[in-house]
Amino acid sequence: MASSEDEGGNGGSSEAGEEKETVKKRRLGFLATAWLTFYNIAMTAGWLVLAVAMVRFYMEKGTHKGLYKSIQKTLKFFQTFALLEIVHCIIGIVPTSVLVTGVQVSSRIFMVWLITHSIKPIQNEDSVVLFLVAWTVTEITRYSFYTFNLLNHLPYFIKWARYNFFIILYPVGVVGELLTIYAALPYVKKTGMFSLRLPNKYNVSFDYYYFLLITMASYIPLFPQLYFHMLRQRRKVLHGEVIVEKDD
Amino acid sequence: MFKRNKPSATDRKRELFAQGATQSLLKNDIKNFHSLSQLVLSAGGLRKTASKHSKTTHFEIEILDAQTRKQICIVDKVSPTSTLRDVKQKIHKACPQWYPSRIGLQLEHGGPFLKDYVTIQSIAASSIVTLYFTDLGQQVSWTTVFLAEYTGPLLIYLIFYMRLTYIYDAKESSRRFRHPVVHLACFCHCLHYARYLLETLFVHKLSGEHTPLKNLIKGCAFYWGFTCWIAYYINHPQYTPPSFGNRQITVSVLNFLICEAGNHFINVVLAHPNHTGHNACFPSPSYNPFTWLFMFVSCPNYTYEIGSWISFTIMTQTLPVGIFALLLSIQMSLWAQKKHKVYLKKFDSYVHRKSAMIPFIL
Repeated sequence: MASSEDEGGNGGSSEAGEEKETVKKRRLGFLATAWLTFYNIAMTAGWLVLAVAMVRFYMEKGTHKGLYKSIQKTLKFFQTFALLEIVHCIIGIVPTSVLVTGVQVSSRIFMVWLITHSIKPIQNEDSVVLFLVAWTVTEITRYSFYTFNLLNHLPYFIKWARYNFFIILYPVGVVGELLTIYAALPYVKKTGMFSLRLPNKYNVSFDYYYFLLITMASYIPLFPQLYFHMLRQRRKVLHGEVIVEKDD
Repeated sequence: MFKRNKPSATDRKRELFAQGATQSLLKNDIKNFHSLSQLVLSAGGLRKTASKHSKTTHFEIEILDAQTRKQICIVDKVSPTSTLRDVKQKIHKACPQWYPSRIGLQLEHGGPFLKDYVTIQSIAASSIVTLYFTDLGQQVSWTTVFLAEYTGPLLIYLIFYMRLTYIYDAKESSRRFRHPVVHLACFCHCLHYARYLLETLFVHKLSGEHTPLKNLIKGCAFYWGFTCWIAYYINHPQYTPPSFGNRQITVSVLNFLICEAGNHFINVVLAHPNHTGHNACFPSPSYNPFTWLFMFVSCPNYTYEIGSWISFTIMTQTLPVGIFALLLSIQMSLWAQKKHKVYLKKFDSYVHRKSAMIPFIL
């Protein structure tokens, strides 16, 4: 009954209906672009603040000891805010794979909250500075690239930086992350943190130490995939190569 | 390489006759316009009948690589009634490394893969048909996939149930008393997968369809991996029985058995939709109460399947089973919605009031 009434309604003014739909789409498109522009500007600004804070700390103190503690609030806020990138993919306003974005963002969240935040003794490790510097430069470049792209005014330098900096920064970041996890292993084993032992009413056990080992091992297949994907993108964008990728 | 559509001899004779006739009339200063028009009309009629006879009796199929657009081979002398299965057989003869189930053919690059039963006549626009070839990779039959997926969990669970010394500590295993729910869980798990295997062999009609080998690997990894995880904790010497004791176990076991029976009867109905033996109509509930779920949902087999796993989760009170049930629910809800859409297109009058999988909700 209801469906037939609906059909009648649509049939009566199909042109008006189509117009309404296009207006709705246009409005949605405008809103999405406006939101993404705001989001990317905010993220660029956030990571710039982090970069400035890091440089200032090092110039004042002359050491990286205590660097993480001084920037942790800002870092946690902006890195957690990146969860919205997954939401953008899910709702379809960004045409990127949910899985790829999910893996990238969740690995960062994991590093910030479940490693560096939770395990205090490793916060002064050299490897923490390594991944922090890599992340900061990468994110400033990436978010500024997105911002200028959305504003249809992309300077060549930013485009060039986006597709060249990662060649060094991705491996540096990954090495930093792996060394930080490795440094955390003895502490995790000693304290048994985040671990669950049998017997318990849920009949499940979880060992955070082994979870970290598996996480480290997962970098072996995942990192090359991401890295070579970026290299292919670089060839396509900077050199205009047409790359024929085999479908899965 | 390309054959041109040559006009037949009768065709040419008729053309010459029409030309000759009109020329002679023009020479006689066109005595009567009416007679000329009649002749032209009759010549037109002749041409129409001629075109009927000049229909292409054979097609030439050019096979191009979908990636590189290079020619792989040409299959000629293909009759209009031939199906793509026949074409694939001929490609296999020309290139033995690609057996028919491995070959994917598309009408245009990036388009959908054409089904094996499609006839050449239905896709041909001219006497030369161009098809794009994609190597679908190593293929396995669906029967093999199901048998591999379900035999694994059956055997794996039993290995853990036997509490082998290299899995659990021998001293602890011998010292600890096993709660009856552990034996019950083993029975239910084995019943579930034994039913699956028997249905694959004797109930399901899997029409020789194939799937890429990677789907077999993915499926086996999922089912076998989860079975290891589930069985390890249920059969562990330090397993904790359900919080609400026998009441929780009894209710969930009964529900599990009802869902298993329901799933079986639904699968039987889906395999034999009606007495005529063809899938002409949407399966409808019969006198069997287990099939009454068809009144509310399009895919009651998935409803019962999820019911079974939720019951098993409550019965064993084990988190890994719950995670497995959750993942299966997500996957099956996606399958159910896909099927529901197909049913809506095919049998609108039957399905429009129904849900896909969970009555009144999903």
